[in-house]
Amino acid sequence: MTQAEFYQRDRRLQPPALTPDYKTSVARSPRYSMISLQNSKSEITGPVFGHNDIDPIDNDLIRNYAKNGDPVGERIIVHGRVLDENARPVPNTLVEVWQANAGGRYRHKKDSYLAPIDPNFGGCGRTLTDENGYYFFRTVKPGAYPWRNWVNNWRPAHIHVSVFGTGFAQRLITQLYFEGDPLIRQCPIVQIIPDPDAIEQLIAKLDMNATIPLDAIAYKFDIVLRGRRSTLFENRLEGN
Amino acid sequence: MPQELNYLRETASQTAGPYVHIGLAPGAAGFDIYREELGWDIAGPNAGGQRIRVEGLVIDGMGSPVKDVLLEVWQANSEGNYAHPEGGGEVEEGFRGWGRVITDFETGEWGFDTVKPGPVMGRNGRMMAPHLNLWIVARGINIGLNTRMYFPDEEDANAKDPVINLVEWEKRRATLIARRDDRDGKPVYRFDIRLQGDDETVFFDI
Repeated sequence: MTQAEFYQRDRRLQPPALTPDYKTSVARSPRYSMISLQNSKSEITGPVFGHNDIDPIDNDLIRNYAKNGDPVGERIIVHGRVLDENARPVPNTLVEVWQANAGGRYRHKKDSYLAPIDPNFGGCGRTLTDENGYYFFRTVKPGAYPWRNWVNNWRPAHIHVSVFGTGFAQRLITQLYFEGDPLIRQCPIVQIIPDPDAIEQLIAKLDMNATIPLDAIAYKFDIVLRGRRSTLFENRLEGN
Repeated sequence: MPQELNYLRETASQTAGPYVHIGLAPGAAGFDIYREELGWDIAGPNAGGQRIRVEGLVIDGMGSPVKDVLLEVWQANSEGNYAHPEGGGEVEEGFRGWGRVITDFETGEWGFDTVKPGPVMGRNGRMMAPHLNLWIVARGINIGLNTRMYFPDEEDANAKDPVINLVEWEKRRATLIARRDDRDGKPVYRFDIRLQGDDETVFFDI
């Protein structure tokens, strides 16, 4: 069986650990260099999930916590594909999301922002990509909210996204932002990403073709995980 | 026309933030939404090998426990096989080898029950000592941190392990090895992860 490693992660596209503009990172960022580790079986494998693990309603945040009606807010579809750096779809992979409600308040016992909890909105969802790597969620657009960093910082509207891929080396958590939001360029958490194109890649695009007329507006967000070599990782060739 | 490579580029990471529990452990955030949360049962009921517990803290640069961290573990079964098509062989029914754990909001302590993994074949035919692969995310961590936990009762295997031996500084190798504190006859491994300081844990760029 071919066991090939993932392409090296390009750390110049990724936020560094120590980013003083995002203050919490200062005491939580390792100072020594990471040890570069060529992939072994421990990194090229990763957990496998199936349809028994989740329920069909889990990707519908408008309904998966509704108690006596729909949540308040702009109804949206978030959809796209999970691809690798070779542009191959990543099928059957678990995508999990979480977000604030339309007022910018999280359903979390540690969030005390003055915007109210929405009784009909939980704020999390999960789904598996299909055979083409495609996924979608239905939700309401999250609100911006203030946070303690500098005296007056506001997070742009965002949805947290967690993706697995096929190997533990592809594990990724990121945040999806929305096209046109002026808070994106103000946000220290976004702006610590050193590459402007990498920031652009986190901004979901308004997708009129995927809207549901008279119902929900749509944003497209493709997620790219590390690509994989097609050759053996052993130095000596055996087969292939 | 020059050759075009046409590779896509990996999506940038962003911090999991303080409310990671809503998405990945909603019960801890304070609400019940899913039929079953994922990652609480790592080994399943049928796994062979020794049942163990693993506990620890994640400690920041001030020496304080990080109380809003989420860890994921990925491990082989007692035969050294991962539950994956390329994992090396069969695993027991119900063995996933993957788990997810959060810290106590008051103390920062985390812990999980599993089985002790077996040695895993590494690169170029070199055996890797039994280990747990760990991935750590939290507010203030911009991209998930990867490390490994090795076992203190595997001294010979650890001494030959090709990954431990990649660490040039012998003193730093010790940060990858847990401490064993048995409790009620069950092995409990203590693995504190230090994000900074002289004894900063070794993190890997995998």
